[in-house]
Amino acid sequence: MMWKWLHPYANPETSYHFAGKILPWCARLAFIFLTIGITWALLFAPADYQQGDTFRIFYLHVPAAMLSMGIYLGMAIAALSSLVWQLKLADASAAAMAPIGAAFTLIALVTGSAWGKPMWGTWWIWDARLTSELILLFLYLGVIALHNAFEDKSLAGKAAGILALVGVINLPIIKYSVEWWNTLHQGATVSKLGQPSMSADMFWPFLVCFIGFAFFVTALICLRFRTEILNRNSMRPWVRELVVNKEKTHAV
Amino acid sequence: MQFDSISAFLAMGGYGFYVWLSYGVSAFVLALLVFSSISNHKKTKQHIAQRQKREIKLRQAAELQKAQASADTRL
Repeated sequence: MMWKWLHPYANPETSYHFAGKILPWCARLAFIFLTIGITWALLFAPADYQQGDTFRIFYLHVPAAMLSMGIYLGMAIAALSSLVWQLKLADASAAAMAPIGAAFTLIALVTGSAWGKPMWGTWWIWDARLTSELILLFLYLGVIALHNAFEDKSLAGKAAGILALVGVINLPIIKYSVEWWNTLHQGATVSKLGQPSMSADMFWPFLVCFIGFAFFVTALICLRFRTEILNRNSMRPWVRELVVNKEKTHAV
Repeated sequence: MQFDSISAFLAMGGYGFYVWLSYGVSAFVLALLVFSSISNHKKTKQHIAQRQKREIKLRQAAELQKAQASADTRL
């Protein structure tokens, strides 16, 4: 039953056009949510009673860190379905997600560092949370390198997919590092069970920023996914036609 | 509004450097990601179109050669 519904989406041409249709909407929503969210975070959200205005870094740092892990999970699921069911499109989507995840991991690390310096007195410390997030960046870079290491894209996808799956072990380590080990990093703020340890006037701008970044990521995944589809299907008649039509419209 | 003046906004309660460093680096990384994604997409399309043109040229040249060869044998 599920296959019947999924079948058209396993077609690269349909997926290419579907991604192209949702891309502009995601981009628009991302723009709206991020404009509101960042303005709110910088101008209207209150300063923290302990951390002062450095707390405004939170609105970048936490969404980036959550998305760096979320994108990795998505990439690993895509890699698994590619290895198990040989879905070529899953390979393309995993390759599309890797650079985006790497960028968000880098942002999480840099903003964390710039927050740590005034609050902890150091840019970097080799504690569990920071080190495991740094390993996440290296995992992303390894996956990207493997995707580009082979001419044969399905072989590249297999190699990168295996690394992505092995690296999944790092996700619970990042998530629970603040509970398992003594670290300088503070515990969960947003996802605490029961009473969240955040006031509403800080939570709402955070949520708007997070939704904005999520739409931004979706738009970028659509764009890169389309590029990957073209790369993998460059000999297909529909791609050849599409490329020629594009050239003609540019020439006019 | 949490700030009385633009200078207070930029100072961020004395933490201006760290706050603006965070926002600046994030904006730079995301802008780079967007531009590289867009230019990658365009380049891929151009690349495929170029290869297609080259193939057509090669095919035409081969046909021309074949036609010439058959004309030569007839002579």
